[in-house]
Amino acid sequence: MLFDKFQEMADFQAELAGKDVKPFGAVTEELISATEGIVQGKQVILAGTNNYLGLSYDSRCIEASRAAVDKWGTGTTGSRLANGSFAEHQALEAEMADFYGVDHAICFSTGYSATMGMTATLAGPGDVILLDGDSHSSIYSGVKLSGAEIIRFKHNDPEDLAKRLRRLGDRTANTLIIAEGIYSMLGDVAPLKEVAAIKREYGGYLMVDEAHSMGVMGESGRGAAQAAGIENDVDFFAGTFSKSLGGIGGFCTSRHPELEAIRFCIRPYIFTASLTPSVVASTREALRIVRAEPELRDRLWDNAGRLFKGLTDLGLMLGPSVSPVVAVQLADRAQAIDCWQALLNAGVYVNMVVPPATPSTNFLLRNSVSAAHSTEQIDQIIGAYASLLDGGLINPDQAA
Amino acid sequence: MADYREYLEFMYGALGPLNKKDVELTETTDLVADIGLSSLEVMEFIEKIEDHFDISIPLNILPDVNTIGELAQKVQELNP
Repeated sequence: MLFDKFQEMADFQAELAGKDVKPFGAVTEELISATEGIVQGKQVILAGTNNYLGLSYDSRCIEASRAAVDKWGTGTTGSRLANGSFAEHQALEAEMADFYGVDHAICFSTGYSATMGMTATLAGPGDVILLDGDSHSSIYSGVKLSGAEIIRFKHNDPEDLAKRLRRLGDRTANTLIIAEGIYSMLGDVAPLKEVAAIKREYGGYLMVDEAHSMGVMGESGRGAAQAAGIENDVDFFAGTFSKSLGGIGGFCTSRHPELEAIRFCIRPYIFTASLTPSVVASTREALRIVRAEPELRDRLWDNAGRLFKGLTDLGLMLGPSVSPVVAVQLADRAQAIDCWQALLNAGVYVNMVVPPATPSTNFLLRNSVSAAHSTEQIDQIIGAYASLLDGGLINPDQAA
Repeated sequence: MADYREYLEFMYGALGPLNKKDVELTETTDLVADIGLSSLEVMEFIEKIEDHFDISIPLNILPDVNTIGELAQKVQELNP
């Protein structure tokens, strides 16, 4: 039957409903600040929002958005190629290009459509795509649509990438290499310095998805490639406006003038309504703040380091390095569900992630840190995890 | 390059630790329906083959592959 393949998911949802636990689609009923809200009737610290700089609730961004609604109305009602290209879009694209120090930028309606659209379009039949095995779902969706030969390299393994490029021989001239800055599940950073060196040796084009690293890493916040000092080796930067910039939308920037022709070949750009002007306005203001206030990044990393150390000291199994994504890895599904609910009861909202969305068979309690979190809030999050251990819900020896 | 039989023999060996239901491994054994490999395990299995024979196996072939024999056949076609 058509619906048979959904039975496993239906059973899982029924299991959660039976326990009255809602880790997927928990409803935020009220926002108190960038880091506090009412979720499922409880006042909680928001520790699963990807709101890395807290800008979704910044008064300047809100004011910019409000002014744009007055000026432009609520929506564009069309795609960029039809009636949906407003002066605001062009201004944001110019500012994104300037931010990245390149001449070309495209803005998309979501981050998903940016990475999916670029990866589906850049390489086509006869070309090769080499992607990191832990790439985001949007990238896997895109490459599947591309018609190119798709080859995975082992996650964050430059030697494996080199081997695969060597095997391709002359075909590297038609090869797109895809890596991410920070991987969204465990918060691990790509070894971009090594990736770039290998690209220089063997050839190919490099796209870096900075969705979780733009505004977060690098001297001026451009991301992991800037932090690694390899921006000149990157052909395409992709990313999102929905995390550090607190809005929604996505982007691709490039030094290649061909991006302007590519723009007219990207189906998720052509056949969807463009970004609503109020979002463009808040994004532009957030970008200005990212450029003007590097201290936000310092605060973010101080908080990330504090949470990472606090949870490490509890004996929990985390990702490999300090990052604004701090994921606790558990081996057991029922345990992950119970812990997620206990954290909510203790006043902390985090993300629960289950395979296959996780990079292994582990279950994750995924925390994302914000510059807007106070030190006290970070300590309360650590305290909530400590109470899981005190209550016997986690035994460090049983961690994944 | 290896031939079909060599790919097959290697695959039988590599599937050993993943064959938790201990089903008999033949050319017609289905990787998912019979052995019960998860998508993650399929990827691990593919990586073992790639490392052993120093080849890259494109993901594009996977929708057409169900059995061990079909995989060996596809890999041989890609690496004649």
